[in-house]
Amino acid sequence: MLTLSAHDRAMLDGGLGPGVALAMRIVTRIANVMSARELIAVTSAHIDGCLYHGATSLDFVERFVQAGTKVVIPTTLNVGSLDLIHPELYRGPASAGKAAHRLMDAHVELGCESSFTCAPYQLKHRPKLGEQIAWAESNAIVFANSVLGARTNRYGDFLDLAAAITGRAPYAGLHVVENRAARIVFEAPDFSVLPGRDIFFAALGLLVGKEAGASVAAIVGLPLDTTEDELKALGAAAASSGAVALFHAVGITPEAPTLDAALQGRAPMRTVAVSLEDLRDVRRKLNHAGPGEPLVAVSLGTPHFSVAEFEQLLQLFAQYSGPLRCDFYVNTSRYILWLLEQAGAAEKLADRGVQIVVDTCTYITPVMKKMTGLVMTNSGKWAHYAPANIGVTVAYGSMSECVRSAFEGKVWFDEQIS
Amino acid sequence: MNRSANAGDDPSDATAISQLPAQLSRVLTGEALTSGYARGPKALLSEPLSFWGGYDSVQGTIVDKTHPCFGQRLGGTIMVMPRAKGSSSSSSVLAEAIRNGTGPLGIILRERDLIIATGVIVASELYAINIPLVVVADADFKSISDADAIIEISCPNQLGAARVTLIASSSTLCEEDAT
Repeated sequence: MLTLSAHDRAMLDGGLGPGVALAMRIVTRIANVMSARELIAVTSAHIDGCLYHGATSLDFVERFVQAGTKVVIPTTLNVGSLDLIHPELYRGPASAGKAAHRLMDAHVELGCESSFTCAPYQLKHRPKLGEQIAWAESNAIVFANSVLGARTNRYGDFLDLAAAITGRAPYAGLHVVENRAARIVFEAPDFSVLPGRDIFFAALGLLVGKEAGASVAAIVGLPLDTTEDELKALGAAAASSGAVALFHAVGITPEAPTLDAALQGRAPMRTVAVSLEDLRDVRRKLNHAGPGEPLVAVSLGTPHFSVAEFEQLLQLFAQYSGPLRCDFYVNTSRYILWLLEQAGAAEKLADRGVQIVVDTCTYITPVMKKMTGLVMTNSGKWAHYAPANIGVTVAYGSMSECVRSAFEGKVWFDEQIS
Repeated sequence: MNRSANAGDDPSDATAISQLPAQLSRVLTGEALTSGYARGPKALLSEPLSFWGGYDSVQGTIVDKTHPCFGQRLGGTIMVMPRAKGSSSSSSVLAEAIRNGTGPLGIILRERDLIIATGVIVASELYAINIPLVVVADADFKSISDADAIIEISCPNQLGAARVTLIASSSTLCEEDAT
């Protein structure tokens, strides 16, 4: 039975306006579905509702706009269907584009920050260890829980905004520390010194998601110098192939100084030994191209590219002098683009023919010039979703393989990892 | 499109429900996650469906080519599915389908699901269309899956008991056995 505070009750009864009452009805109804006994205060929200799915998307947000409702906690926005900084990139029908644009604007009118990124953890302010938050977007959820140690459930459309408007979320699931214990242990092989190790993280993520489903996983054996970007790739992939919302990388992530800490002293349900061959097998299954096949494009930055990844990309580009022989897209946020512009890196990349896409992503909306043919990526998430979403065929390789392939105009794989 | 061997039978079976002897009906109890009343033929989805990327809310058909019920329509049916899966954007697609009249009239699950529940709750709040959502125990789920029946769901209150009545018929859509 759900117990509400006096303030919760006031919100529900309409004392703070009809918009707040609607949001609170949604929070309490969902709390009841989750069998939560109380609501807790959340300190930030990340909203996945600005991607246009049809009239319901707009009807929901406009209801709050008309009521003059505002969000009451810092709230960031996930990608929309359009790149508002480069609107000319959009190649879809005009009517859908107009509705999608309104959906993004309407969220800003509610007081949300116009971040339009799937990687809100790369913005200036990010949640701290133990902070209770209400985030949507599967990769952001898994990053916030796993890498930052903040606490959120797998929130999605509607509840995310309702939490931002009320500042409340059901106290259940991963908000509760006991539920954050790992149940399945994965023993990773040592791939620390292999070239192009970025795709091993993504491949491991896909495997973890498939095996763990919605269970909390602990991973032992990851390289001790594992970077945030590598954890980002692992988490995004795990949240694509499964419903993973939290993994512990033992010795690396904040709730897992030891395996015993990750398990909270309990025995795991099971342990899965992963071999290098298993990871190569994941890669082979994701990849649908042979060496030498012509590419129409390379797409990087799913989830959105970080500054460190752009630095890596610039270093790789410095090894080649000629022109790119296929289109080259990198998805990132307008904030990271601004940082790149300050540093002069954006201009350098544009001069080399790189199209930076912001506010959206190449696999969810028609922005690439060519939507048929072979596109190469290093993202496990992009490789998982793009074929069904936009109809392209995927070549899957590391960032360095992607760059070399783009300069050759055809797929190139490093012998050592194929 | 997957059809059961019975799907070609005389659909007028469905109109004769009230004349059926009582012993041909079976009443089960489940947990209501949302309130509402619905009656319709069963659409049995043996595999979990992600509405995002898996259901066309305008055309009203399952578009996930890897799903055993690819091509199946859910409009006008009671959807019976063991559990849900996939992106949280599925809440939006389900709410949109309910708005468009291409979604199920009622839903029976074996495992409670937040994403399905959210879609149903929002459709109820925005459009006052109340789709009963019920979770049933394993054994009852099997009975519902196995029965050739019109299904009636009655959930008078959110978070109370739900009554699920199986009314003998031969109208099951999509033939796979749920696991």
